Amino acid sequence: MTPDREDQLAALRKKANLLRQRDLVMIQRAGIGHIGGDFSALDILVTLYFAVLRVDPQHPDAPDRDRFILSKGHCAGALYNTIAEVGFFPTSELETFMKPLSRLNGHPDRTKVPGVEASTGPLGHGLPVGVGAALAARLDGAPWRTYVLTGDGELQEGSNWEAAMAAAHYGLDNLTVIVDRNRLQQGAPTEDTIRLEPLADKWRAFGWAVREVDGHDHAALLHMLQSESWEAGRPRCLIAYTHKGQGVSFMCDNVDWHHRVPTPEEAERALQELREAVHG
Amino acid sequence: MSQLYDCRDAFAQALEEAARNDPRIVVVINDSLGSSKLKGFKAAFPQRLVNVGIAEQNMVGVAAGLANGGKVPFVSGASPFLTARALEQIKVDLAYSQANVKLCGMSSGLAYGELGPTHHSIEDLAWTRAIANLTVVVPADPLETAQAVHEAARLSGPFFLRISRMPVPQVHPADYRFRLGKASWLRQGSDITLIATGVMVARALEAAALLANDGIEAAVINMATIRPLDREAVVEAARRSGAIVTVEEHTIYGGLGGAVAEAVVTTYPVPMRILGVPGVFAPTGSPEYLLEHFGLTPAGIRAAALELLKARAEQ
Repeated sequence: MTPDREDQLAALRKKANLLRQRDLVMIQRAGIGHIGGDFSALDILVTLYFAVLRVDPQHPDAPDRDRFILSKGHCAGALYNTIAEVGFFPTSELETFMKPLSRLNGHPDRTKVPGVEASTGPLGHGLPVGVGAALAARLDGAPWRTYVLTGDGELQEGSNWEAAMAAAHYGLDNLTVIVDRNRLQQGAPTEDTIRLEPLADKWRAFGWAVREVDGHDHAALLHMLQSESWEAGRPRCLIAYTHKGQGVSFMCDNVDWHHRVPTPEEAERALQELREAVHG
Repeated sequence: MSQLYDCRDAFAQALEEAARNDPRIVVVINDSLGSSKLKGFKAAFPQRLVNVGIAEQNMVGVAAGLANGGKVPFVSGASPFLTARALEQIKVDLAYSQANVKLCGMSSGLAYGELGPTHHSIEDLAWTRAIANLTVVVPADPLETAQAVHEAARLSGPFFLRISRMPVPQVHPADYRFRLGKASWLRQGSDITLIATGVMVARALEAAALLANDGIEAAVINMATIRPLDREAVVEAARRSGAIVTVEEHTIYGGLGGAVAEAVVTTYPVPMRILGVPGVFAPTGSPEYLLEHFGLTPAGIRAAALELLKARAEQ
């Protein structure tokens, strides 16, 4: 690995850790939020926004921008922290998260928040919209790409599979879906609720190129998202194995933290762990 | 009898014209090429027609994504499935998102008569009218259909166009200009006002002719835009005639009648009758049979108007 690459990866790790700390403080201040899913998705979001996506916060509506769609809209907190850090709006505005009249609603609103490409919340909406965006680029012969981040439990919504069929039919290799495979949904493990495995085989059977990756390994994520080795003519599915509550020992893989708010003592312990992780 | 038209022909022709003038226009369908009469569009613009198959949720989501990518998608499918099956996508991906997508609900109302209640679309106005940001338009004849298509293409934002396949005569003069949110007065009269929409407008005009034989002068309004409703026209009708009958081939709950009643009771209360499907699933039968069954005929409208005037006189 080149020194430049090592610096880049160290910067991504540091950024993700910083945003976990900010997200935790934000959710504690708001008294509401989805910390578990935010933490499973943050390494993916940071990798996308700080190394992959061609977006410009000064021109959020530039026609040739890459599109990122957060289908798991309840993890708006992770997205807001990331795009604020990119510069789409001031990080100070994160203090208004879910406060009355804030544009930082509990689920992202594309009409109000610059950098948000799709208003999401109800699950199973992101991939169809992503298919449409990828089709628009295809129709124009434009080089911009579309990325959709879905939860894993959300794949129980049938609309995803309608979209998966269409994306493969239209050969949308300018579309990448990333599955945040933390194996937990709101109330229980996905496999105890409605089983998803064999998940990679399902996407393959639908005609997608599939890769699997450690969703907290920035090097691996970056390698996959920048790889030229994907099969031409097939939409891309990256199954990112993650942990809900990643980064905080007592939240990690614990279904209780889907949308629990930490007590002041828990928040302090969590922040301490995160600070030690970045300095250690 | 005057010549009858299938408004889908005007829809398809206008859409092709609009697409020739605006390269952003694309069509998204759910295996509904024939029923939307879009074979000509496909022949003219093969690359600009996306068929997502039998998948309505995906169809509306795909349209939202196409709009995000700068396209102006017209989504065309049978209204019962387009509106009901994808209602959350319509609410979230289009209306809440202010996506520049035009929904075209085909064969709406009772047009699929014999196919049964699964295929009757008599709730679509209630569903779409309840959603913020969504413009809802029901053209009455081919001229208005074509103009509504061009208006939808011209305006930015989510739009629902409700189109029947039941044959209708031309009710507007050739120089008619559809104006979004503006009712058109097709007949003046000070005794009672008939407010109709879509395929019922021609029948309301025939009912007014019958009422004229009874010595009753009925005004007839074509309320093509259901949302935003022309409240001024409703108030004017209430003031001028003091009695209103609404007519739609839709459930009486939440459609044109509901919209007009909301305007009437909050502005200038007058007695009303709401004609439509009275909160039941329709039986099987041809569209014409079903309109007869529910009294949605010139004679039925006349009878309701007379009853309303009698009740008002007795008050």
